[in-house]
Amino acid sequence: MSHTSVPSAAVPAGPTLATGPQPAPSSVGSGFSWRKITHRPETGALAGTVVVFVFFAIFGGRQFLSTGGTASWLNIAAELAIIALPIGLLMIAGEFDLSVGSVVAASSVTTAVISGAWGAPLIVGVLAGLALGALTGFINGLMVTRTNVPSFIVTLAMQFALAGLTLGLARLLTGSTNVPVTPDPFFKTVFGSLIAGQFAVSIVWAIGITLVIAWILQMTRYGNWIFAIGGDSQSARAAGIPVSKVKIGLFMSTSIGAALVGVIQTMLYNSAQTGAGQSFVFNTIIAVVVGGVLLTGGYGSVFGIILGCLTFAIVNQGIYHTGWNSDWASLILGILLLAAVLMNNTFRRLALSANGGKSKKKGA
Amino acid sequence: MTGAPLLKLEQVSKSFAGNNALTDISLEVVPGEVLCLLGDNGAGKSTLIKVLSGVHKPSSGRMYVEGREVQFDSPKDASDVGIATVHQYGGTFPLMSVARCFFVGKEPTKGVWPVRYFDKKTAGDITVREMQKLGITRVTDGNRLVGSLSGGERQSLAIARAVYFGAKVLILDEPTSALGVKQATHVLRIIMQARAQGIAVVFVTHNVTHAMTVGDQFAVLIHGRKADGFRKGERTREQITDLMAGGEAMAELEAELAELTGPIRVP
Repeated sequence: MSHTSVPSAAVPAGPTLATGPQPAPSSVGSGFSWRKITHRPETGALAGTVVVFVFFAIFGGRQFLSTGGTASWLNIAAELAIIALPIGLLMIAGEFDLSVGSVVAASSVTTAVISGAWGAPLIVGVLAGLALGALTGFINGLMVTRTNVPSFIVTLAMQFALAGLTLGLARLLTGSTNVPVTPDPFFKTVFGSLIAGQFAVSIVWAIGITLVIAWILQMTRYGNWIFAIGGDSQSARAAGIPVSKVKIGLFMSTSIGAALVGVIQTMLYNSAQTGAGQSFVFNTIIAVVVGGVLLTGGYGSVFGIILGCLTFAIVNQGIYHTGWNSDWASLILGILLLAAVLMNNTFRRLALSANGGKSKKKGA
Repeated sequence: MTGAPLLKLEQVSKSFAGNNALTDISLEVVPGEVLCLLGDNGAGKSTLIKVLSGVHKPSSGRMYVEGREVQFDSPKDASDVGIATVHQYGGTFPLMSVARCFFVGKEPTKGVWPVRYFDKKTAGDITVREMQKLGITRVTDGNRLVGSLSGGERQSLAIARAVYFGAKVLILDEPTSALGVKQATHVLRIIMQARAQGIAVVFVTHNVTHAMTVGDQFAVLIHGRKADGFRKGERTREQITDLMAGGEAMAELEAELAELTGPIRVP
């Protein structure tokens, strides 16, 4: 199909009982309005990002605003976003993935064992690391869709099982929990280099992934399916959407995202740690929820998720520039999470209440 | 009768773990007619809808669509032959835009892979046009969230969707029971509109007034059996209400009440 494939209107304009004035359809939005802004779901997330940025610009001062300061939180945000974006899609579809922490470590160790300890070409190690991610996601998805066990449990089990497997195998194969690897210049540049000496190349990866995921969610039919599955998976199935396939695909994308971060960290630090990446499990969920994704599914946006990642990273790094004890960062994040959810609920209610300022006539 | 039956059930039964939910149900639905399925809660209406829409397979009996025997393995099989089911709350997605909701699973696309994209402009225009055909003039923007529509408008959206995608049989599960009087009237009007377009409508309700307003033929279910089947004008409102309430049980109650309070009349 190369062109508009709208099924031809099967209904002739039959006898209309409820006639009335029929204004021309105007589905195109018009211009700028405050109402539109306050009725956007991302407004809360944007407010959150601005508030924490201003807060740390004041208390962190010049150091926070410097190139190095900016790079420090952008680097954190980038790695977070690579996992949080697919997690966001998965959560819009109404599922969780708590296994990403172990996938980061497992992919990292896989790459390092194959290309470091065993000396295989890096391309083999990197592909094996990513393939491990894809496989983990596939198993997660298959178990969730086949058994109807909540994804919360399935992926929590995977998180522990995979962590144990990674630790056990790493020790068995290399006798250590820290596996060194020396990336050649190509892989170092693509995955683990610093642009201008400060900005991690993962920022480029994050931007690319953002564009792809934004396209999928907003512009393709798959995006519509994801919203529908999260909204009501029974109705989605009744509408002919292959719910299980879409979910398995989403679980694979979160795990591949996590595996990519594993590869990036391996190339960046020239080694793999069996305990790496565990913080991503909750940090990604915080970022996604702060970004306005509804915990029960059916609602959210890529722009919001990115704002959530930025907010998280600013708090996480900004605290170091204030001269305060970094212990306070978690307190701020906790409060922020709660405030963001409350604020997002308010904005969502506004969006739903909206007569949009556009409707004038009441139906017959 | 105005024509050959579009959908026909012959002696359809459904049992769950040995309990009969439906017993020997025979029905015929004709194009351009409204069949009202009446029954109290638990009478088997929902089970019958699920059999019709492919969610459950009948334990015995036959189903025919346009004269051909059919077996539905999934709701998709039913919708492929033109049977569309609209549930009480519209089966819609409150947090999606009306255009996204209207085209869910059947999105119009533009362009060539990998840049084939969901044509939201067309989707919005068609959705607004189809809803306005049904008299929902309040929706002028396809980006409106479904959650901001009234209950009646959501029903209308779901019905407009089914009709647009070529439903021949429209099954409406209690479409009016959660609505106020005014909105219910609107939904009834839309049912008549679908009927006028030659669609066979199965209208499931326990509201006798609504049923009598639009129905051409009626089937009353009691304990999973078809207790009565009749055409418009063959029964009075009292007879139907009596039957639905289980007739005898109601007469007993009346007698008891008469002893306590003196004679009363059930309207």
